[in-house]
Amino acid sequence: MKTLSGIHISHDKRTENKETALFPLPDEVLIPMSQHMGAPCEPVVKKGDLVTVGQKIGDTDAFMSAPIHSSVSGEVTAIEDFLNTNGTVCKAVRIKSDGKQTVCPDITPPEITDRDSFIHAVRESGLTGLGGAGFPTHIKLNFDAVKTPIDTLIINAAECEPFITSDYRQLMEDPTDVIEGVLMVQKFLGIPYCKICIEGNKPAAIRLMKEKTADIGAVSVVTLPQQYPQGAEKVIIYTAVKRIVAEGELPSNQGVMVMNVSTVAFIKKYADTGMPLVSRRLTLDGDAMTKNQGNYTVPIGTPVSSLLSYTGAEDAKAVLYGGPMMGITLYDTAQPVLKNNNAVLAFRELKKPKMTECIRCGTCIRTCPLHLMPVSIENAYNARDVEELKKLHVMLCMNCGCCSYACPAHRNLAEINQLAKALIPRPKKK
Amino acid sequence: MNGLTVAPSPHRSTKLSTSMIMLNVVIALLPSAVAGTVIFGARAALVLLVCIASCVIFEALTRKLMKKEQTISDLSAVVTGLLLGMNLPSSIPIWMAVIGSFVAIVIVKQLFGGIGQNFANPAIVGRIVMMLSFTAFMSSWPVPFWYKLGADVVTGATPLAAGAGSISYIDLFLGNCGGCIGEVCSIALLAGGLYLMAARIISPAAPAAFIGTVALMTLITGGDVLFQILSGGLFLGAFFMATDYATTPLTNKGKVIFGIGCGLITFVIRNYGNYPEGVSFSILIMNLLTPYIDRLTQLTPLGAKKPAAKEA
Repeated sequence: MKTLSGIHISHDKRTENKETALFPLPDEVLIPMSQHMGAPCEPVVKKGDLVTVGQKIGDTDAFMSAPIHSSVSGEVTAIEDFLNTNGTVCKAVRIKSDGKQTVCPDITPPEITDRDSFIHAVRESGLTGLGGAGFPTHIKLNFDAVKTPIDTLIINAAECEPFITSDYRQLMEDPTDVIEGVLMVQKFLGIPYCKICIEGNKPAAIRLMKEKTADIGAVSVVTLPQQYPQGAEKVIIYTAVKRIVAEGELPSNQGVMVMNVSTVAFIKKYADTGMPLVSRRLTLDGDAMTKNQGNYTVPIGTPVSSLLSYTGAEDAKAVLYGGPMMGITLYDTAQPVLKNNNAVLAFRELKKPKMTECIRCGTCIRTCPLHLMPVSIENAYNARDVEELKKLHVMLCMNCGCCSYACPAHRNLAEINQLAKALIPRPKKK
Repeated sequence: MNGLTVAPSPHRSTKLSTSMIMLNVVIALLPSAVAGTVIFGARAALVLLVCIASCVIFEALTRKLMKKEQTISDLSAVVTGLLLGMNLPSSIPIWMAVIGSFVAIVIVKQLFGGIGQNFANPAIVGRIVMMLSFTAFMSSWPVPFWYKLGADVVTGATPLAAGAGSISYIDLFLGNCGGCIGEVCSIALLAGGLYLMAARIISPAAPAAFIGTVALMTLITGGDVLFQILSGGLFLGAFFMATDYATTPLTNKGKVIFGIGCGLITFVIRNYGNYPEGVSFSILIMNLLTPYIDRLTQLTPLGAKKPAAKEA
């Protein structure tokens, strides 16, 4: 099996044996209306409304979106503007918890009988990709079975980022949810095969999943090489089924669908309970956290400052949504936990060695899983040469960060790639 | 709470740095530099030290004059100085070595923008300028261990000038022959080159293609393959100068083309040119072609589609 390039980085899975605990209920949550790729929701509650756990508080008619639900019971104290880490502004609902966690009376297990009712139920659950990208799950499930039939469901349990163990805990604690979620997706969408892909640094999970799927012929477990970034969608597809998703294509064009392991497990849970996505499993770690590092079920909207004080990380100098390779730095600890966070990491400092001139060593080229040429892209970007950037296929870059990591001159190559992408005019929609 | 660091991902980076790479190159060059000193005496060490010192000083002065950040701590000037010195005969007058260092660092490297920006290998251009300017001094070769023979320098021909059969392979391999300070001891150069490959600092592509082409062409024309490979500056050039990052192609395919080009030019100059040795010229010529080789060998990324030809 040919392995795509990448980097070897310390795993730091220090919380892998920390069983998931319930995080203490915060006094207040702030729930942004944009926690997914696509159109933000509009709040459907107003200031002064009393809400319950699981009650829908945001929705939209836009196709590419997912509804948002309250994670606590209590009173809406404000509808305010919220600055996302990507620089956009959306509405956010601030709710003061009454501490009772009264469950919304409308919540009942959804009726799922066929493909349409299954996809509808997933939409109503507010589910978005829990691995990080936040792609609305119901859109992914609603592929065109005639034009782009899918033969293989790939379950992404690579969890290739250092520190993060939330998907690992999902596998170890609720393997049945994972498998039954997989079987539901296969059944209602007619996908014959499934490959559960786990990076080799999680032997216990691989053993457990192999055991649990031993009797299911259509489901197999794949051990991924121990190299970052195994969990990147294009990489995992290549490793698992040897197919290449080309520029501008979706995985469905290649007959595959990739779902994060926690995402698929949530589908099963929702089918059983009808409780929408109002909390999620989160890894809390990083050298600024002095106590209580581990995995927690945290209500969506919990301010990160609560996580920091619980873990003794009040004096953290840098806080990340996600892992150190692709994670996003927070600008304020008042920012809330979002649906697509799988970890919040707090560090005493984010050390970055001094940047020096490019020496053209070509390390960035050798480490890029997709064989891009970051050194040439940087030159073309500096010259604002859009034609050259197109020829270098910068749009393929997944921002995995291998080039920046490996660069001995410590240049921000991955960042340059993203800036270069912005120079390329988007193709007009047909 | 504020005062949080906001930065683009990734938030981890390698411990490797430019200065560590350069330090490794220096370490890899040391066996040959030491061998050169043993073979040609203390004068050889003096030439090496003068070249290193003047390269570093010229770099510091130029950066200061140009009001640019100092870069001598990246050790690239040390590498250039050491390489230049290793490319000179041990009897070269010191002031000439200083001029060579000036050409290498000031003209070839700094005036074109410093590390990574130079179009040609500084040490090679330094050597070529010296060869054309001070031809007699640059082609006078002290014989090995002359200092044991008496007080005066005894010079002789290099193996390439004397021709195949003038020397045993074992003497060529160990460096018991006339030549530049750092080019004679093949076994030391081989060890250094293999070390850099093992440390993944250089790729074997260019040296293998370079040496392989010289060997193949010699074989085809019925020459003495082992003699051609072990004599002159082939090992020094192939392992340490045809692998210079800034002036050779980025991709492995490009490096192979570069190496083949160097091998062909070296073979032609050695056999049909006016100079007994052609390694320096071959690398310089291929340096100039590097941007074009890079253009021809651009990688096709995984999943790349040809840009749509027509635009509405």
